[in-house]
Amino acid sequence: MRADKGTGLAIRYVVAIAITLIFLFPIYWLAIISFKTPNEIFAFPPVWWPEAIQFANYRVLFKDGDVDAIWNSLVIAGVSTTVAMFFGTMCAYSIARFRTGGNFLGEWIISNRMIPPIAIVFPIFLLYVRLGWVDTYIGLILLYTAFNLPYVIWMMRGYILDIPIELEESALVDGCSRWRVFVKVVLPMARGGIFATAVFTFIFAWNEFIFALVLTRSNVTTFPVQVTHYFGVDSTFWAKISAMSMLGMVPIFIVVAAMQKFIVRGISLGAVKG
Amino acid sequence: MAQLSIKGLRKLYGRVEALKGINLEIPDGEFCVFVGPSGCGKSTLLRTIAGLEDINDGAIEIDGEVVNDLRPRDRNIAMVFQNYALYPYLNVYENIAFGLRSRKAPAAEISKRVSEAAEMLGIEALLDRMPRQLSGGQRQRVAIGRAVVRDARLFLFDEPLSNLDAQLRDGMRAEIKRLHQDMGKTMVYVTHDQIEAMTLADRIVLMRDGIIEQQGAPLDLFERPTNRFVAGFLGSPQMNFVTTRIVKDDGALVLQFDDGRKLTFDESRHAALNDWIGRDVILGVRPEHITRAMGEATQAASGGAVLPVVIELVEPTGTRTYVQFRLGPTAVTAELPSHVVDRPGTTIDLLVDMNRVMLFDPETENVIA
Repeated sequence: MRADKGTGLAIRYVVAIAITLIFLFPIYWLAIISFKTPNEIFAFPPVWWPEAIQFANYRVLFKDGDVDAIWNSLVIAGVSTTVAMFFGTMCAYSIARFRTGGNFLGEWIISNRMIPPIAIVFPIFLLYVRLGWVDTYIGLILLYTAFNLPYVIWMMRGYILDIPIELEESALVDGCSRWRVFVKVVLPMARGGIFATAVFTFIFAWNEFIFALVLTRSNVTTFPVQVTHYFGVDSTFWAKISAMSMLGMVPIFIVVAAMQKFIVRGISLGAVKG
Repeated sequence: MAQLSIKGLRKLYGRVEALKGINLEIPDGEFCVFVGPSGCGKSTLLRTIAGLEDINDGAIEIDGEVVNDLRPRDRNIAMVFQNYALYPYLNVYENIAFGLRSRKAPAAEISKRVSEAAEMLGIEALLDRMPRQLSGGQRQRVAIGRAVVRDARLFLFDEPLSNLDAQLRDGMRAEIKRLHQDMGKTMVYVTHDQIEAMTLADRIVLMRDGIIEQQGAPLDLFERPTNRFVAGFLGSPQMNFVTTRIVKDDGALVLQFDDGRKLTFDESRHAALNDWIGRDVILGVRPEHITRAMGEATQAASGGAVLPVVIELVEPTGTRTYVQFRLGPTAVTAELPSHVVDRPGTTIDLLVDMNRVMLFDPETENVIA
């Protein structure tokens, strides 16, 4: 009986480790390429570990100013996430607690998120040409904010509905204004949901490609667009691609690692009434 | 200290009328309990007093001031919620201080008041804990502490004990009563538990379907209900109701049951019942008014009528034993001392106290006599 239990556990561990390795392999491969020399990159059979770890591939990105794309992405994703969270949370509160817009405004708003970007990117491009917003921070920030707002509203509405209304009523009776209830009760109670939603919103803005490709030129090129510049007709700069990708992963890695407990809780929130 | 006055209060949810013209006066310092079955409107009434629900018609006055349009925070009331409503991200001290901070009380005063409230409720040792580290009873104390820490003029309790287990509930009930005696504030308390209502209240307001069925001192309602609903709601086990007929038998008025058995009224009740001779009535008799028949002399003296019955069900509670028997098609419960009957199937003579039985009109369900 005991032995069976031990064997079962061992098998589970082996399977779990195998699956983890399969998922980690592309990241390992990406990382290791970024430290290789050109010869090692194209060597056959493949080089699993370079002879000497070298940072030349990274140095060139900094020297040529390619890393500006990461800064651009940080600004655009950071600001649009902040703005979308600020307005989206308030909007969600209004829909959740005052039934603003009737019973289906939430559904209508989230349906906006289902528009394929490709369907609207060219009309937006024409509009932006007129407004002079092509290749500007404001252009992409506004667009990402607009595109993320439905998601934020939808998610935050769910989290707010999960907050026992008595907490808010108790605060109202205790002397709070509605605004103070929002700040002192709703925001702390929805903290997990706020972080989880913000992370997903940030990741969307960070990864977004179509809008950024069409609406940027050289001033505010974002990280995903910058990576495509290394794919050429004649040659592909694998070293730059891998180094840039590694750099691009760092902010996301930090954000997710810092917010891990909120993300897991945020995803599972509301699944079980506790 | 506050006097609460409610006049013609109506509240609609869509087309459903939750409160149908409530009129109520609660004098200063009184402990008033709203009681009634689920959906009777008692919680809605409390929430309209708190300002958490708008009203459609009528007026709510606190100390003569109409508060209909005042926001909850401007009514200067405190409220304890059923599920405690503690802020899980604040410790006990901050939870209690929350209302004072919202009203921008000076730090020294907050500290003093929180200490006083904590001492009053015996939770001084818990001030640094988070709500999740407290038991149900402790959480309820904190919730009460959060209400009493403020010098509110009116205290509202929305079923504050219903989430506690039975033993804790008895203890907290006594504490709330003591709190009221010490503070002397006007308190309004909602419950569906008639024992809580009876034990706590200076005045019970018994509600059904958005109206007040009857209000008054607990014993008044218990002893002099105006209708069958009130008589049945108060008392545990509840009053027995049996449909029967009043007939004249050898000059005496008797209740004749479907199975032919009879209970004879004392002459003192004849005058009130003359109009009902030959008509159906509903007999209401409390289990404690059916006792064991001891001998003819005692029966004559007590105005009782003897009823031979076969016991069908025995429920000993320790101090008393509830027994069930049939009167016509209806099961009737009597409350007897322990060990009078120990097993079903026993035949026994029971004595019904005919001076204390009630009769109801089968159509209106109002008390006849």
